[in-house]
Amino acid sequence: MCDTCGCNVTPGNQHLVENDGKLAHTPDGKQAIDVLHSLLHENDHQAAHNRAHFAQHGVLVLNLMSSPGAGKTALLEATIEALRDECRIAVIEGDLETENDAQRIRAKGVPAIQIATGSACHLDAHMVHDALHQMNLSQIDILFIENVGNLVCPASFDLGHHHNVVLLSVTEGDDKPAKYPVMFRAADVMLLSKTDLLAFLDDFSLEKAEQHLRALANQAPVLNANVKQADGLDAWLHWLKHAWQQQREQAEAAPAPAVQAHHHHTHHSS
Amino acid sequence: MHELSICQSLLDQVEQLAHQHQAQQVVKIVLHIGPLSGVEAPLLQHAYPLAAAGTVAEHAVLEIHTLPIKVHCKSCGQDSEASANRLLCAHCGDWHTQLISGDEMLLASLELDQKEDT
Repeated sequence: MCDTCGCNVTPGNQHLVENDGKLAHTPDGKQAIDVLHSLLHENDHQAAHNRAHFAQHGVLVLNLMSSPGAGKTALLEATIEALRDECRIAVIEGDLETENDAQRIRAKGVPAIQIATGSACHLDAHMVHDALHQMNLSQIDILFIENVGNLVCPASFDLGHHHNVVLLSVTEGDDKPAKYPVMFRAADVMLLSKTDLLAFLDDFSLEKAEQHLRALANQAPVLNANVKQADGLDAWLHWLKHAWQQQREQAEAAPAPAVQAHHHHTHHSS
Repeated sequence: MHELSICQSLLDQVEQLAHQHQAQQVVKIVLHIGPLSGVEAPLLQHAYPLAAAGTVAEHAVLEIHTLPIKVHCKSCGQDSEASANRLLCAHCGDWHTQLISGDEMLLASLELDQKEDT
C-alpha cells in the first residue's frame, strides 16, 4: 500500500473519498479532514529508503520469519555452508535479548549484526536501517534479516526486503497458515523444517499444510528445508539462487540511482 | 504487542496534521482496519490512551471501522466476501483470488477543533 498512487482506496473505504466535501465540516462546526494514510507511513517511508540502499548495491534481501524455535538460525547456518563458494552472505539478527544467534552466524565466518529489540516483538525498518550502518553493503550479495521469532507482529512491518521467507517446522502442526493468515498470506516461499521428524508425527500432513496456504490465495512454493538430510536443502537453495539471479538481472536492466549522494551510513536516524 | 508502536506512529501523523491545520485539539480520529492488516482493533483501543497521553489528541475519540474482506476471483471474475483464513471465491470456490479489501491499516480522517478566532 502507498499513499501516492491511490491504491489505498479500496472498495471498503472508497465512499469516503468519493463523498469528498461531505466530511469537510461536521454539524457542530469542527473541521474534518480526510487523510487515508497508512498507519505505518513512517515505517513504509524508511523501508523504501532501505530498499533504495539495497538496490544501489545490488543486494538481495530476505526477511526470514517463523515462530520461535522453528529453526531459522539452523537454516541460515546450513545455507551459509552450502553457498560458501558462490556468494557473500550477511545476516541481521533480531531477538528480544542475547547475541547468541549472531555468534552462531559469525562462527560460520560471515558478518552478523545483532539487533536486541528489548520488549519489541518485531523488527521495523528503522531498526534495520540502524543495523545497516554497521555493514558494508558493497561486500554483500545476499542479506538475510532473521526476524524475531513470532508469527504475528513481524508480518505487518515492511523492512525494505525483497521476499518474505516463512519457515514452518512440522512439529508446529499443519494448520499454522490457517491460524496465522496475516503472516502466511505474506509468504513468498514457505519452507518446511524438521521434516525428518515426520515419521514420528501422526498429525502433520504436507498436503494439508499446502492446502491451508492455498486457502489464503497464496501461490508461493512450499519447499522442504531439512538441514539434517544430505539433499534436504536442494529445493530451497535452488529457489534462493534463482531469486539472486533475478535480482542481478533486474539490477543490470535498470541500474539503481545513487541514494542521497555522499550518504555512506555515517548519519544517525533523528 | 505491536499495537502500541502502531499507536505511536499514528500519533506522530496526527500531531503533524493538527499542527498543519493549527488545531487546538483533535476531537476524533477515524481509522480503517481490515482483519488481514495484523492489527487488532480492541488492542489498539487499549493502547491508544497510553500513547496519546500529553499529546494534542489526548482527549480524542478513536473510532475504528472494521472493513470487510473482499476478493476478486481471477477465474470467474466475480467479487465476493471472504473470511481471514479462507480467501476463496464464494461463487466458484477457486483459490486464485486477489484481495481487494481487508488488509487496510489506514488513518482515514480527523476531526479538529481549531484555534478560536480572536
